[in-house]
Amino acid sequence: MIALGLEGSANKIGIGLISHPSSNKPPIVLSNLRHTYVSPPGEGFLPKDTAIHHRAWVVRLIKQAVRQAGVKIEDIDCICYTKGPGMGAPLQSVAVAARTLSLLWGKPLVGVNHCVGHIEMGRAITNASNPVVLYVSGGNTQVIAYSAQRYRIFGETLDIAIGNCIDRFARTLMIPNDPFPGYNVEQLAKKGKNLVDIPYAVKGMDCSFSGILAAADILAHSTNEALPDGKRLKTEDGEIVTREDLCFSLQETVFAMLVEITERAMAHVGSKQVLVVGGVGSNERLQQMMGMMARDRGGTVFATDERFCIDNGIMIAHAGLLEYKTGITTSLEDSTCTQRFRTDEVFVGWRD
Amino acid sequence: MAPSADIAIEPIAPIEPPAPLAPLHALPPPFTDSNLEVLTQGAEALVYKTTFLTPATPCVVKYRPPKPYRHPTLDKRLTKTRLLAEARVLVRCRKEGVGVPGVLAGDWDNGWLVLEWIEGMTVRKVLDEWADKVKRGDKKEGDDEMLGVMRKVGRAVGRLHDIGVCHGDLTTSNLMLRQPSSSTEHASPLFQHRGHQTVSAMREAAMDGADGSEPSPPQPQSELDGDIILIDFGLVSQTIQDEDRAVDLYVLERAFSATHPAAEPLFQKILTSYGESFKGAKTVLRRLEDVRLRGRKRSMLG
Ligand SMILES: Nc1ncnc2c1ncn2[C@@H]1O[C@H](COP(=O)(O)OP(=O)(O)O)[C@@H](O)[C@H]1O
Ligand SMILES: [Mg+2]
Repeated sequence: MIALGLEGSANKIGIGLISHPSSNKPPIVLSNLRHTYVSPPGEGFLPKDTAIHHRAWVVRLIKQAVRQAGVKIEDIDCICYTKGPGMGAPLQSVAVAARTLSLLWGKPLVGVNHCVGHIEMGRAITNASNPVVLYVSGGNTQVIAYSAQRYRIFGETLDIAIGNCIDRFARTLMIPNDPFPGYNVEQLAKKGKNLVDIPYAVKGMDCSFSGILAAADILAHSTNEALPDGKRLKTEDGEIVTREDLCFSLQETVFAMLVEITERAMAHVGSKQVLVVGGVGSNERLQQMMGMMARDRGGTVFATDERFCIDNGIMIAHAGLLEYKTGITTSLEDSTCTQRFRTDEVFVGWRD
Repeated sequence: MAPSADIAIEPIAPIEPPAPLAPLHALPPPFTDSNLEVLTQGAEALVYKTTFLTPATPCVVKYRPPKPYRHPTLDKRLTKTRLLAEARVLVRCRKEGVGVPGVLAGDWDNGWLVLEWIEGMTVRKVLDEWADKVKRGDKKEGDDEMLGVMRKVGRAVGRLHDIGVCHGDLTTSNLMLRQPSSSTEHASPLFQHRGHQTVSAMREAAMDGADGSEPSPPQPQSELDGDIILIDFGLVSQTIQDEDRAVDLYVLERAFSATHPAAEPLFQKILTSYGESFKGAKTVLRRLEDVRLRGRKRSMLG
């Protein structure tokens, strides 16, 4: 069976085709295309501009993806699209495209939860059977484990998402958005070495990042290179704190929080596998820290590379096809979008 | 502008997980050569069972090893703060008569505490075993014994909040149900009398080797009759804010529904008994509704 997947819940539009061979063989990626809307330096991406971007690219990407997959329209079984969560206008522009295709080609629709898409894709690629999942992206921070037909949220952020925190921290320090702020923070962090105190806030399996943004403003000010040396922030040993040090400290602190809440969930459910999904999951330092934690518990960490970590159409096609095979489709009248759509609202009929 | 697109036209090759290395479980001095066996690896600590001063006095060593993934400066700071917070609150709770293990010894630089041994099991395990029995048809859902346990949990959390302490990590793994015979009989000669809380008094009691030769109380009715003991206070805060108390309950509620979906209806019992446990508990329950709503409404976008 073959599904077409359309994703556009944030600043990326992704189109992909996947095939599930009839037997127990692993799924085959037929094509996986993506285009990213990059906002001007110092700015985040606004829903309106992002939606315009997605509308401008959607037809071209679909055509190219179908051509590349080498399939005929008749071979496609269903059209899967992201129902939510995400930003309203971008979600809608992609849903309109999905509905149009559904009517044009006479194919059923399947509305997919974006987070479940990430989880199922991660499981398929890594072969992790029943992992604790850390889902970290621009809009989400959740620790999830499967139990009784649902992906249950054990812990999450109490305020802003991790990706959002890193992006805004980067903007405060005037770090560019291209290719994306988190990538630039990661590169700068590799050159940092002094650890600056940044608020560390873990509550049970939840965490909070808003205190960090307040600290970022103050830190950005006191590390401004235009200040005379005497006024700049220094370490205990009198070394001047650099932007690289701030990026390093940010990563060391927020990733330690994420690894800690993941470890708490693993201990609580008694699992030895951890799967990291979502855009922030492509950060090598986070993967490395998670690996050290897992090894210390005699377990393993599974991570995907950026093709699948960062939002993409394939994961929507894959999760949608899993649901489609249990006999569920989304009628045209119900093919709406929703900005809020919690991971545990989805009935997972395809797992034991 | 060409699409900055990834092209992947191949079957997905599963990534081979690296072979796990044996975890390092070296204890700090003075336990380095003690050959203690790990009892459990909790969320942040390794827990070992041993004895304190006399062979008849079981205890646990709760060791927070350095976390290899954490920057050493951050690691030291967190370990020290949490260990001290835990020890202080345990002492305080005991003084106020809240069910917690007593503190026997500790070393914050090396990251260990020696705590009174609690004979029993975690509520996490109690609920799992109960769910198995329900599945097999040995027990029915919502049976009185289990409701009794929930009532005790609600009361225990209420007592804790009443003395101005919020746990910070209330999960069913951090609640223990003490085995009934031991709670009244010989479980902890060190802690039998209130007022015996100073370390020297504990040592004396231990040296005396009180060994449970007291008259036994009437036979317990059921293994679920014991007291609820709260453990694992590393993330504790001393506060009387309704918000903090409500968040404590919210954390427990979510841990409950995520781990024990079958037992979810039982959680209601915890709340009812919590509501009756201290003055002001009703306001906390009203606040809990706000906290829940916030959770459901929490925006999931950047
Ligand atoms: N005093 C005790 N008596 C008996 N068992 C204990 C005691 N303290 C902890 N344990 C066991 O060890 C586990 C981990 O201890 P805990 O204090 O919760 O550490 P962590 O912070 O690592 O979760 C508990 O879930 C419980 O099973
Ligand atoms: Mg614990």
